[in-house]
Amino acid sequence: MTLLAVRDLDCRYGLLQAVRGVSFELAQGETVALIGANGAGKTTLLRAIAGAHRPHAGAILFGGADVTRTPPHRRVSLGVALVPEGRRLFPGLTVEENLRVAASRGRGRWNVASVLELFPMLQPRRRALAASLSGGEQQAVAIGRALMSNPRLLLLDEVSLGLAPVVVDAVYRALEGIIQEGATVVLVEQDLTRALQVAGRVVCMLEGRVVLEGEAASLDRERVVSAYFGLRRSA
Amino acid sequence: MKVERWTRTSRTFTAGVAALVVVLFAVPLVLDPDVVQKLTTLLILVLLAAMWNALAGYGGLLSVGQQAFIGIGAYGTVFFAGLGMTPYAAMVAATVLAGAISIPISLFALRLRAAQFAIGMWVIAEVLSLIVRLDRNLGAGTGISLIQLNQYEPNFRQAYTFWLALGFTVLFLAALFFLLRSPLGASLQAIRDDEDAARSLGVRVAARKRMLFVLAAFGCGAAGVLVVANTLFIEPASVFSVQWSAYMIFMVLVGGLGTFEGPIIGAILLFAIQTTFTQGGPWYLVGLGAAAALFALFLPRGLWGTVEERLGLRLMPVGYRVVDRRNGSGEVTTT
Amino acid sequence: MTIVNALLQGVFLGAFYAVLACGLSLMFGVMRIINLAHGDLAVLGAYIAFVVVDRTGASALVAFIVALPVMVVFGYVLQLTVLERSLKAGLLTPLLATFGLSIVIQNLLQIVFSPDVHSLGGSAGSLTTSSWQVTGGLSVSALGVVVLVVAVLVFSALQLFLSNTRAGWRMRATAEDADAAELVGIDSRGVYARATALAVAIAALGGLFLAIRSVFDPVSGPTQLIFAFEAVVIGGMGSLWGTLLGGIALGVAQTLGAQVHPQFSVMAGHLLFLAVLVVRFGGARFSLRFAR
Repeated sequence: MTLLAVRDLDCRYGLLQAVRGVSFELAQGETVALIGANGAGKTTLLRAIAGAHRPHAGAILFGGADVTRTPPHRRVSLGVALVPEGRRLFPGLTVEENLRVAASRGRGRWNVASVLELFPMLQPRRRALAASLSGGEQQAVAIGRALMSNPRLLLLDEVSLGLAPVVVDAVYRALEGIIQEGATVVLVEQDLTRALQVAGRVVCMLEGRVVLEGEAASLDRERVVSAYFGLRRSA
Repeated sequence: MKVERWTRTSRTFTAGVAALVVVLFAVPLVLDPDVVQKLTTLLILVLLAAMWNALAGYGGLLSVGQQAFIGIGAYGTVFFAGLGMTPYAAMVAATVLAGAISIPISLFALRLRAAQFAIGMWVIAEVLSLIVRLDRNLGAGTGISLIQLNQYEPNFRQAYTFWLALGFTVLFLAALFFLLRSPLGASLQAIRDDEDAARSLGVRVAARKRMLFVLAAFGCGAAGVLVVANTLFIEPASVFSVQWSAYMIFMVLVGGLGTFEGPIIGAILLFAIQTTFTQGGPWYLVGLGAAAALFALFLPRGLWGTVEERLGLRLMPVGYRVVDRRNGSGEVTTT
Repeated sequence: MTIVNALLQGVFLGAFYAVLACGLSLMFGVMRIINLAHGDLAVLGAYIAFVVVDRTGASALVAFIVALPVMVVFGYVLQLTVLERSLKAGLLTPLLATFGLSIVIQNLLQIVFSPDVHSLGGSAGSLTTSSWQVTGGLSVSALGVVVLVVAVLVFSALQLFLSNTRAGWRMRATAEDADAAELVGIDSRGVYARATALAVAIAALGGLFLAIRSVFDPVSGPTQLIFAFEAVVIGGMGSLWGTLLGGIALGVAQTLGAQVHPQFSVMAGHLLFLAVLVVRFGGARFSLRFAR
């Protein structure tokens, strides 16, 4: 079943076009890696799907309903959750407050207890202010905060950015667990290896357009790299 | 592609303005003193609007306390005249005083953020008002007259005051005009558009803002001088009243914030409203306040700014025009 | 003894200023807006209570309980119409729009109620006049104590709300990062509206205290705004308890100033405010670098 459909999406910042005519579909249970160089439009695309960026043209359909004009907080109650680039925790709130502040969509698998179980390193830091956490801990809280709404679609923007490899391993282990339980995930990731490890499908963007799309297993690194950097472009 | 400053429209218009100023000099010789007094009031409004716009429109500084300098101008005149200076010399001295006092004030005021600056200036006006109220020599709370002006015959007095008003208005508008046309002016426009970007390009934001602040203080001081010369009697409650700020905000927001012509139009509009609704009292003030709020929210460029944008019109050659002759259509971008 | 008396009166006066300032501080903390119509909203609350007392002869307290929901609704409407729009526009727009609103409110009040001065001191029963004599020259007014107690209660309640309730966390989250708050399911529009409604309600309480302890008229608003803003700045912008302390500092400055000269009280408060501004923002670089 198609959970998410993006049709001819066009997103702008004033005169700058960040996303040009992007279309793709996502079935329930799929994991898609969205890759591309900086400035390719990946973050803008995720933010548009989450509702934080109003598209200039095109449509976004979630669970069959047109959500293009739905404000972000309502999309959360529909089941879309974004873990934003740079974590964006609330620095003056504690870990627990950061988690509890997120909306919940009724009873589901995720609550404070289960999130702390997923990220055991947070348990002793429960009452610590978010501003005092390390990068890895912050990333865990950010993911946990998104999970608190028991989303149908989880969007992750650069979760490995600025973290030590060991920490990223831990984060991805947790992610793999979530994915195995059947979550639908779109993952923006700079690290190609990690992206190809978890994802079923890959979408590569360059200068706002989709330049490559396919099953992760069937794509070889060379093709992905040349699409990533735009080495072989059609006029 | 050419970068132009003057267009035919602005050339014609500027020549027209120069002619108008010459004509205005003849006003006291031709019209009744009552009319002359009213026109003096109009000139005071034009001056105040231009100065508030210099602060807010070109400097991004929103002051709700310019009445401090109006008060310094007015009471300064009375003070200097009381010391024995001839009235008109006292007026010049009071104007200079207003500008001079603004310099130490600017040292800390300009570091304040928006709300603190706005209300900080207001508090300074209140402090000055309270100081005046304590001084018996300045009439304390009940007010004082510039009796030294009685030595002049009323017709002459009104004429001199009008010419002084015309002189001040032309002087300060010209000062602002040349400021905006100079390289300084371009940097001021840049500051208005994006302060951080301007600073990163080396524009000395602080010095530029100080210049505007001091100019506006001089101008508002001059307006205060004109108020006492025109109405003869002043009291702290009216001269230091925040009502002046309300008028300035209305004139500039409705006329066009950040444009040269806008404040003048706003002043003419306010003058027209005031003379029509002479004793309208609270109702016309409700209209003023509502108009200011509505323009701030829905029409931030004001009447003139919107017209200018729609028609690509520029009457005073303050900005630059890039004329693209290549495709023959004469496409123009204005700043 | 007179100094001690003055200090005590200053604390009571300051508690009143703190209540006036509380809503202003809250709106600034959550939305970074200084509402220049805040004082006029307090006066509006006083007028609504006055109407109730005038028509029904009820006590001031009952009148306030009636006025409160009206003010809360007004606060919601204010946010959703004027303030929301000005939030999205530039930095200066909220100041300009609320300034215009201030003038509108003052003059509408003048049209409806005439410029006459009113007071609710008579409807507060013995509260207005009773006091206790403590050890000779010291007189403690009942009203002063009530205002102080209410002030501490209001600030405490607000603090508890912000630290211990989900709605309070959401308000803090929205204040820190509205964009991220939306992404986490928080309706920032609703949060802002609630903050404004709360601020306006507390302002109305300030208006009630103004009406009881002294007199008010349609143009009393700007004076209350200035005192409220001074309290917020003296205590430190963005700090809730700072506003309470700032209010008390302002009150004490004024009563001590009155000891120097009766007409000096308000001025003393202004000078304290300006001094705080200079010290906090004037900066160490106090040189006359004019020619640069």
